[in-house]
Amino acid sequence: MQAKKRYILVFVSCAFLAYAYFGGYRLKVSPLRPRRAQHESAKDGGVQPPYEQLPSFLDQADPLGPLGHLNGSAGALGALGHNDSRRSRGSECRMETCFDFTRCYEQFLVYVYPPEPLNSLGAASPTSATTRRYSLPYRSRATTPAIPRPPASLCSAWTPWTGTPSPRTMCAMSRPGWPACRTGTTAGITSSSICIRAPGRTMRKIRSASMLGHAILAKASMSVLQVRHGFDVSIPLFHKQFPLRAGATGSVQSNNFPANKKYLLAFKGKRYVHGIGSETRNSLFHLHNGRDMVLVTTCRHGKSWRELQDNRCDEDNREYDRYDYETLLQNSTFCLVPRGRRLGSFRFLEALQAGCIPVLLSNAWVLPFESKIDWKQAAIWADERLLLQVPDIVRSISAERIFALRQQTQVLWERYFGSIEKIVFTTFEIIRERLPDYPVRSSLVWNSSPGALLTLPTFADSSRFMPFMLNSMGAEPRHNYTAVIYVQIGAAMGPNAALYKLVKTITKSQFVDRILVLWAAERPLPLKKRWPPTYHIPLHVVALGGNTRIGAGAGPTGQTTEERPSISQRFVPYDEIQTDAVLSLDEDAILNTDELDFAYTVWRDFPERIVGYPARAHFWDDSKNAWGYTSKWTNYYSIVLTGAAFYHRYYNYWWAMWYIIKLHPTNFCLILHQLP
Amino acid sequence: MNKLKYLLSLVTQPRTISSSSPKEQLLNCLTYGLFTIVALCAGFLLWDLSSSQRDGFFYGKKDSHTLVLDLSHSQEVILHSDADQRKRNGNCTFWDCLNIYKCEHDRLKVYIYPLQEFVDDKTDKVATTLSSEYFQILEAVLKSRYYTSNPNEACLFLPSLDLLSQNVFDKHLAGAALASLDFWERGDNHIIFNMLPGSAPAYNSVLDVNTDNAIIFGGGFDTWTYRPGFDVAIPVWSPRVGHQHPHAAAQRKFVLVVAQLNVLPRFLRTLRDLSSAHAEQLLLLGPCNGMDLSTRCSFSQHHKLMEYPRLLSHGKFCFVGRSLRLGQPDLVEIMSESCIPVIAIDNYVLPFEDVIDWSLASVRIREFELHSIMQKLKAISNVKIVEMQKQVQWLYSKYFKDLKTVTLTALEVLESRIFPLRARSSRQWNAIATNPRATFNPLFLPSLAPKSQGFTAVILTYDRVESLFLLIQKLAVVPSLQSILVIWNNQKKSPPHLSTFPSISKPLKIRQTKENKLSNRFYPYPEIETEAILTIDDDIIMLTTDELDFGYEVWREFPDHIVGFPSRIHVWDNVTMRWHYESEWTNQISMVLTGAAFHHKYWSHMYTYAMPGDIKDWVDEHMNCEDIAMNFLVANITNNPPIKVTPRKKFKCPECTNTEMLSADLNHMRERSACIDRFSKIYGRMPLRTVEFRADPVLFRDNFPDKLKRYNDIGSL
Repeated sequence: MQAKKRYILVFVSCAFLAYAYFGGYRLKVSPLRPRRAQHESAKDGGVQPPYEQLPSFLDQADPLGPLGHLNGSAGALGALGHNDSRRSRGSECRMETCFDFTRCYEQFLVYVYPPEPLNSLGAASPTSATTRRYSLPYRSRATTPAIPRPPASLCSAWTPWTGTPSPRTMCAMSRPGWPACRTGTTAGITSSSICIRAPGRTMRKIRSASMLGHAILAKASMSVLQVRHGFDVSIPLFHKQFPLRAGATGSVQSNNFPANKKYLLAFKGKRYVHGIGSETRNSLFHLHNGRDMVLVTTCRHGKSWRELQDNRCDEDNREYDRYDYETLLQNSTFCLVPRGRRLGSFRFLEALQAGCIPVLLSNAWVLPFESKIDWKQAAIWADERLLLQVPDIVRSISAERIFALRQQTQVLWERYFGSIEKIVFTTFEIIRERLPDYPVRSSLVWNSSPGALLTLPTFADSSRFMPFMLNSMGAEPRHNYTAVIYVQIGAAMGPNAALYKLVKTITKSQFVDRILVLWAAERPLPLKKRWPPTYHIPLHVVALGGNTRIGAGAGPTGQTTEERPSISQRFVPYDEIQTDAVLSLDEDAILNTDELDFAYTVWRDFPERIVGYPARAHFWDDSKNAWGYTSKWTNYYSIVLTGAAFYHRYYNYWWAMWYIIKLHPTNFCLILHQLP
Repeated sequence: MNKLKYLLSLVTQPRTISSSSPKEQLLNCLTYGLFTIVALCAGFLLWDLSSSQRDGFFYGKKDSHTLVLDLSHSQEVILHSDADQRKRNGNCTFWDCLNIYKCEHDRLKVYIYPLQEFVDDKTDKVATTLSSEYFQILEAVLKSRYYTSNPNEACLFLPSLDLLSQNVFDKHLAGAALASLDFWERGDNHIIFNMLPGSAPAYNSVLDVNTDNAIIFGGGFDTWTYRPGFDVAIPVWSPRVGHQHPHAAAQRKFVLVVAQLNVLPRFLRTLRDLSSAHAEQLLLLGPCNGMDLSTRCSFSQHHKLMEYPRLLSHGKFCFVGRSLRLGQPDLVEIMSESCIPVIAIDNYVLPFEDVIDWSLASVRIREFELHSIMQKLKAISNVKIVEMQKQVQWLYSKYFKDLKTVTLTALEVLESRIFPLRARSSRQWNAIATNPRATFNPLFLPSLAPKSQGFTAVILTYDRVESLFLLIQKLAVVPSLQSILVIWNNQKKSPPHLSTFPSISKPLKIRQTKENKLSNRFYPYPEIETEAILTIDDDIIMLTTDELDFGYEVWREFPDHIVGFPSRIHVWDNVTMRWHYESEWTNQISMVLTGAAFHHKYWSHMYTYAMPGDIKDWVDEHMNCEDIAMNFLVANITNNPPIKVTPRKKFKCPECTNTEMLSADLNHMRERSACIDRFSKIYGRMPLRTVEFRADPVLFRDNFPDKLKRYNDIGSL
């Protein structure tokens, strides 16, 4: 045999071997178990995707699953009993197991326990700080639509929980009044005196002692494990000096793009050489570079740090003293918010206010109001386990993102965190949204200006009916307006009376939907025939103050109202007002039809503002040390009088809600600057 | 094989023919035969060897990396049922049960275990059988960007063990199977898909298998078993869901449709009472005879058969009630018919609840107030109903459409926890894309721009040095001007030396560009340190100090708008059926030309880096329409119209007009009309909005001493 042929033979055998090696599995006859038969048969189909032949997870056993044989079967009901038994765990609470909804059907009222002296157990007598904290709940009762009533008729009870850093406060909480707040909210308004030293363990101790009972806990620095899903509310940690009401505005004044701050990431704070405290803070010096990353720590705290200091302390303290905290806050793009002794830290709110984007370094911390606020739009997460990645994370964020994040810090600060009042009200609103009769606001409403506290969801179920988000929804306010004329003087009603002229003028407007006359004058109402013809436009006359009412034009008459006419009634959301735009007029307003129509078209571009004619201004009066009001001609204005102005119907509703709680400002205004 | 031989013979034939004798041929044949036998033997030997090895040896070698989901060759694993198992760790959080160090790569990587068959060593029972749905889940992960074949670089591990329905597997055996997985280690970083948890009689709301630290993608969580921030709630899939009907907005004559078959009896009683009270509005359906799940019959007329889930499109709202298991396939079926789900299960954790805002697309009702469900639903306005329907439709198409989407959504939820930096915000998760006009204004800081900062004037110039110098002198005296930046676009000449420029008290910088492009005027130069930019042509010398100052004041009030002086309007031409550019004086305006206008620096950035389509290149190529492009950009993002300030309308010197210019003008106008037409096509809509007002100073034209007016030098035309 020739050598060449031998080579060929070898080659052939190699080829065969290779074939056997790679493709030989086709020859394999697998010893299939019977249960695989279905898979095998599937292969014959060929064209179909392989899963077509597999059984569905739903019909593998019983087509209806546990459902089919359910109607009335004993097993099913028995199963339910089992479910219920799980709920009886007292320490664990959910709204449906621990909250008494029946108290909340009509109104959302909050009863505030009277301040009790706490010193029965040797706790310090109420200092100025604690009284301050007590005074808040009283205000909150005044501003939530609430009238003092006996506790039995109130929805939830709210106990201010003033802790001092001694474990004794635990007992203070379980004082006799404690069980009374079974359905209540416990807002652990914790300033620097907070009774939870080690988050986690101590907290569970409370639960096991069922000290909390069925109360909703609103507390700072909660961890994922502590918080009862959909029940407790996490609130931010704030200082003793935190403002009660109004509060400081966010300190971001300019909205430069890109921001160009001096530092990229900053932190200045303690690290803990003794006691419980974040380990992470001890490693922060690794990230410090003194240029754009300034992370300085000090060991100085408490009394005994000298004895316990480690060899880095001196160097750290030196660096620490080189930087000023306020300056860092203002000049840094990002601020590190590492956990301290507890999960939350004061830095969070401070950074938020300063518009320094928080970089969270506190694993398992439940952020304040996490269920409603989308913190992804305002903060950056880092993981304590991956500390050294922080610089990379921070550097990788685009300028656009920083731009958006920084603005959002300000929105959130303004809306929910500016004062204790805002924090408390936000807590209540979150709880309120869980109630059956209260509509839930969307995440969009919660996370954009003007925020949930100023959006009354009972007004309308869609944001389309509100003035605030139309632009971002790509929607426009609904067409036409309702003219509301408030008649107070009721001068002699000749045929040429100003009121009749005004009605005529309005009738000619192309955008008017209907006219509503609010008759608050002493004089009796003019007869129906005296009114000028309004043709197809309905004219309603509502007599305020018990006069008889007369309807004219096409529409029906309005309603009788209480006895004493009050100027506030001009802003009552009457049912007749169906349009988004309300034109509020005094009886003696002198305007022509073109002016009305023009103002209306301008209003459509600014539905959230008051658009009108009579402009006034406010100024700071140095001599009286108070704000002054002026009707002089000025180069600026801040008030548009409602004698002739368009505004959104929503403000009427808003007015009515505040009216209930007996607020009587003399004028309803919204600040407007130089508009034509 | 045969082919190969044939091929070989073809090659070798010419030689054999020429040189072979019959004897030799026989010998050769023998040798061939011998070799064949040897080769065969070798082959079978090899196969024998391989079959005893670990999973898919042939397979693995074929492509040593990617997993192939072949049903017929899953490998068998013998389980020792007495092996150590650990219960599900109820206290798991993201921070202590997930080994983050495995996830330090730049993206989420998921390793899938090869298909295995777990068999008990004693009873010879198999742990689970693979279902069609789980196969699709595995396939979805396999084909997704998450998949990795390398367990060492994987962040997450997906067992191929099918635990979707607890009806069909032995939970003890399943636990043993899980524990026997190669990389199990207490279940860290393992994800387990489960849709029907629990079994009779307790029906636990979480899988009863001993899953230890594994993350559960579960379809029936309640708030007691769900570990927030760790587990992911997924929908219970329904195989009955087809493709969404195009006429989803069908006639919905019923307010509420109840077609769920397994509502608990006590709720069913309430619903029956309700349906007799509201017969016209509530459609209550029960099973027809047998277990046919694709039909429903009404309780009163048993003969009327209705096709399920098709029938759900008759209702505005569809009911999901408490059954023994919280998660029901009905939810997905309802969503597929664009019906708004009404969920009456108190502590049910809705699918993807972490990221999806269900308040926009569903109604939740507490169980104890089920009796008032009709009043509640009837109180919802039609506008809201339409909004919710759209949202349901959108959510369904985005996250629930098929098992692949569901799987990938679930993984994305997890990914956004592990890589929070890349996570979508709730706005992005829930953005209603159904409305093309819905936008998000990136300038949303609700406060006035600071007065102190002033503005930067950016002058685009070519070679009109004289006019430029005049303009610089005029601008320099404007109090709110912070600095001037001259963009020198002339490539043939270099700009005059700085010393020849008029000496002014404000900083002046000159920037020589590399190309003569119109877009240079909108480049976000680092020299611009203010928020406000005044873009101004070098021949706009007629604006007074007061006008500019006032313009800046108005811009401060509306920092997200374009605020400027020359205004234009777009109109729809009914004859040509195109948009038309108009520079006549009209009652409305929709554009403010950037020849003299203020805008935020952010818009310059957007113009340069984020303008859709090829608008920017087109503008540079045609040397026209950059101002229109800017107006389109801002209007598209904010839905806001520009603001025209002061009455001035003429921005050209009167002596410049002559006959030559006129024809050029006509051409110019035609080109600009074409721009509007083109841009509106690129944006897919006409974003420009018209307004009928302009901004004038408060005391403008008032009968008032000029001395007391803050802005009195306001030009009239």
